[in-house]
Amino acid sequence: MSRFSSLLALVMVAVLAGCGRPEFSDAEKQTVASLALSKLPPLKPDTTNRFAEVPAAAALGSTLFFDTGMSGGGTVSCSTCHKIDRQFQDDLPQAVGVGRTNRRTMPLAGVAHDPWFFWDGRRDSLWAQALTPLENPLEQAGNRAAFAHYIKARFGERYERIFGPLPDLSGVPANANPLGTDAERAAWNAMPEAQAEEVNRVFANIGKAIAAFERSIAPPQTRFDRFATDLAVGAEPQGDAVFSPEEILGLKLFIGKANCVTCHNGPRFTDGSFHNTGVPPVAGLPPDRGRVDAVAQVEADPFNCFGTFRDGDASACRELRFMVKAGPELIRGYKTPSLRGAATRPPYMHAGQFSSLDEVVAHYSKAPASVEGVSEIHPLQLSDRERAALVAFLKTLAE
Amino acid sequence: MASLWRYLLGGFGLAALLAGVLAVVYLTAPHAPQPSSDVGRSRTTANKLFVATFEPEKGVIRQGELESWLLTLKTVEGAPVEGAAITISGGMPQHKHGLPTSPQATDYLGEGRYRIDGVKFTMSGWWQLHFAISAAAGSDTVVFNVVL
Ligand SMILES: [Cu+2]
Repeated sequence: MSRFSSLLALVMVAVLAGCGRPEFSDAEKQTVASLALSKLPPLKPDTTNRFAEVPAAAALGSTLFFDTGMSGGGTVSCSTCHKIDRQFQDDLPQAVGVGRTNRRTMPLAGVAHDPWFFWDGRRDSLWAQALTPLENPLEQAGNRAAFAHYIKARFGERYERIFGPLPDLSGVPANANPLGTDAERAAWNAMPEAQAEEVNRVFANIGKAIAAFERSIAPPQTRFDRFATDLAVGAEPQGDAVFSPEEILGLKLFIGKANCVTCHNGPRFTDGSFHNTGVPPVAGLPPDRGRVDAVAQVEADPFNCFGTFRDGDASACRELRFMVKAGPELIRGYKTPSLRGAATRPPYMHAGQFSSLDEVVAHYSKAPASVEGVSEIHPLQLSDRERAALVAFLKTLAE
Repeated sequence: MASLWRYLLGGFGLAALLAGVLAVVYLTAPHAPQPSSDVGRSRTTANKLFVATFEPEKGVIRQGELESWLLTLKTVEGAPVEGAAITISGGMPQHKHGLPTSPQATDYLGEGRYRIDGVKFTMSGWWQLHFAISAAAGSDTVVFNVVL
């Protein structure tokens, strides 16, 4: 009889494990805890921008961020695409400034934690990033000389209180840029080197002010974080921290069989690195090879960490110094995006290829080959129920 | 009652049979490379020219951080190896990708110790770091496993 009773006990245990309270293994608990927002370390100081923590610089940066005067035609600001009430993105498959770009606008929560900027990492600091759309003809379409004149005329006093005296701009042409139109390039090349350097300095400081503002944009607590906190301390989740069985399944898949957490790791759900995941190109857009083409761009950027506009010493430039510069893995490599808030900001991927999370999860389940280079992901054979569970879990990161 | 027990026993027997079949399938299936059991921080190089020790400079590994490590090179007799040229490669064998950074030997710290800067482990799992070492005694290689 005792054999029967132990068998009965075994069956009872199996039944309870199947239907009872969600159980997580110690390894699963550890992974869930590593994803909680409470694990996000404080922002590291940016020694390349000595104004990064200066409140007046952040305030000026905020003004500039929302100012359409910071564009060639006076109609586009950073906030045109990075909309404050839309997680600092624009809900469009490709950003539209003065023209239509070839990339999806990235949201800004927690952006200052990134080692690389843009989908392909073609800039190495937040302040160098902020400068790039200002003079991109498809985005803000401005030019460096015009920006310097505009800052002096509109914000001269505020600028000088933060950055010191503005240079004498009387001999600087109204429009001049080393990129830009033929006329702008010619005007730029005709400027004495010292004068060009002075204009570049004002331009760099614009980026440093905007970066100081952007450092304050932090990801908010979500339902997932409340659940994770309770799980970590062994407390029974209460209220909206209670996960449905579908959300539990989705979380377990996310950190288990579906391998999402391999790249979407840590409290921001990103490894900050670049991966080819076989996302298809968009017909009609210019060729886009991702990270492999960005390496030369960040190396050539005069505002990169090795350049003369960096504050502090070159010890801050280790990401650039130890950057992977070549290799087949860089082809169509794009930055792992944070998944916080992703559920409420379709479309997805670097050019808005997928219009819903269902499509995203279906892509990762199927894992098609890349048009160029090799995709790092492998087919998962997820059931309809499992794919829906993953989407349900992702929604807890946006509630 | 007796028939209920028979069903339960039958179910148990079937489950055991299934487990047995699964075990056979698992044991005979071709396996992906497994993390080497050797995650030791000291290893003799492939051709036994050097004894290499590889450890994080700050003592701990933090995922996602750009960190410096120390590679200490000694001859088999225990003498420090000076003036070595070191190149580093590696990746995650199970994920079939390389390193997310290009670590370099940046400083010689004396007593056979070399600073390997720019090491970053962006994922948890099994990483391998391959070192090619050239010194007066000759050229040799060594592989270290790091499991996060
Ligand atoms: Cu990996």
